[in-house]
Amino acid sequence: MIVVELISGRTLDQGATVEEKLSEEYFNAVNYIELSEEDFGQLAVKEGERVKVITEFGEVVVFAKRSDLPKGLAFIPMGPYANAVIDPSTDGTGMPQFKGVKARVEKTEEKVKTVKELLEAI
Amino acid sequence: MEDVICTFCGSVCDDGEFDLEKKKIKKFCKLGSSKFAEKQRIKAPMIDGKEVSYEEAIDKAVEILVNAKKPLLYGWASTANEAIRFGVLLAEKLGGVYDQCASVCHAPGTLAVIEEGLPGATLGSIKNRADVVIFWGSNPAEAHPRHGLRYSISAKGLLVKDRKQRKVIVVDVRPTKTAKMADVFIQIKPGFDYAIISALRAIISGSADVVPNEVGGVLKERLVELADIMKKAKYGVIFYGLGVTQSRGRDRNIENAIKLIQLLNRTTRWVIWPMRGHYNVVGAGEVPAWEVGYQYAIDFSRGYARFSPAEFSAVEVLKRRDCDAALIIASDPVAHFPMSAVKHLKQIPVIQIDPYPNMTTLLAKIVIPSAVYGIEAEGTAYRMDCIPLRVKKIIDTNYWTDEKILEEILKRVEKLKG
Repeated sequence: MIVVELISGRTLDQGATVEEKLSEEYFNAVNYIELSEEDFGQLAVKEGERVKVITEFGEVVVFAKRSDLPKGLAFIPMGPYANAVIDPSTDGTGMPQFKGVKARVEKTEEKVKTVKELLEAI
Repeated sequence: MEDVICTFCGSVCDDGEFDLEKKKIKKFCKLGSSKFAEKQRIKAPMIDGKEVSYEEAIDKAVEILVNAKKPLLYGWASTANEAIRFGVLLAEKLGGVYDQCASVCHAPGTLAVIEEGLPGATLGSIKNRADVVIFWGSNPAEAHPRHGLRYSISAKGLLVKDRKQRKVIVVDVRPTKTAKMADVFIQIKPGFDYAIISALRAIISGSADVVPNEVGGVLKERLVELADIMKKAKYGVIFYGLGVTQSRGRDRNIENAIKLIQLLNRTTRWVIWPMRGHYNVVGAGEVPAWEVGYQYAIDFSRGYARFSPAEFSAVEVLKRRDCDAALIIASDPVAHFPMSAVKHLKQIPVIQIDPYPNMTTLLAKIVIPSAVYGIEAEGTAYRMDCIPLRVKKIIDTNYWTDEKILEEILKRVEKLKG
């Protein structure tokens, strides 16, 4: 298990599939977490294996991806997987905290839900 | 067809070439190409998943809206100003809440602008004049792929002629694709934008001695170098993105950045501008601003417009369960809102107007498909720098436009409400 600071954001693939949200391509564009080399190594997972991301606001299973992020920082593309774990409080601004949420990440055998299954689970 | 206008991101590129035979767009980026590619559509209007006529779907939608005590009307960033205008009138007539996608995107910047004003410029002016360009918490290489080519990185301007004459700086928490294109990359700790902006203000105003050796993961000497580049610029710009508006500090980060720009303007010329996301998210704020004075989070339940993001932004309304029906247009809050807000959308009747099926379609009681502006319908949109562009109709369709659907809904609501 590792502890990271989680951010979400746009990617080119997320943008290119955003008008096809029920497609396999969109699912693949938003269902992963990017981790630094060190964090990836510490989790002892292989590229594409599943991890569970847990915050005080929820948990979600996603695929693990290696990236050049600095240690301790993790990224999930904006979308339903990120939104299962980000901080919904807006501090009076109307804007949830989509970036900068403490998260635990651990290896899991649980499956990655489809976007439909994610909605059903809410 | 030439000079086709893209209706994907806030850059609203206006130089596309559409091959009418092959139905393919040339010149646009991956996002623009995906916009113009054929994809799955909502085939017909639906009530509870059963296909019906436009008339039947609109009648049922009107029944739900008129009987609701406080409907939420949300979305608006990917439609034309003409449709948004009817949306604002409808929200007022229904005594509902009008909110738009910026409330989970760039709206904190709007709050800062209310406090401080916005020293801004058009993208044309920036292309021609800016010799220092800073992208702060913004990654145009992935979110606005042609912005750099047309306006800000490798653009050929009148006075600043090419990439060599322009210094590009990226401030971000991670080495983004844009950071790899920059002359200077300053990697900061997440949530420390405010502190770093304050440090830059202190250095530029001659109080460098109060700045500690390291701020938000950045050594003081690097901040002194950055401040020096900023002071020496002839014309500088900060383009800020969601890295600033969606993290700790939100609106206060932008307010502080505008104060930094004000300070720099005592000795040179600097501007600041948000990298707006959807092609007409500016219109989703400007149109209600002309109509009722506010850009988002507007409540009409007392018969007049009240603005309060803490109460009337869609996320707050939904979390509080303070709406009993929702009309969602040109947006997908089910995919983009936190779970605790989506929960209430599952409990109330949802009317969706959109060209494409998305996660909101999965829970909508009524689904009304619409034409795509810029491809199947013409209309007016504001580019990210508030320049209005008339987007074109390039192919015929049987789908109704958002404008026509909303006009019909409004007519019937007016008839019932008087």
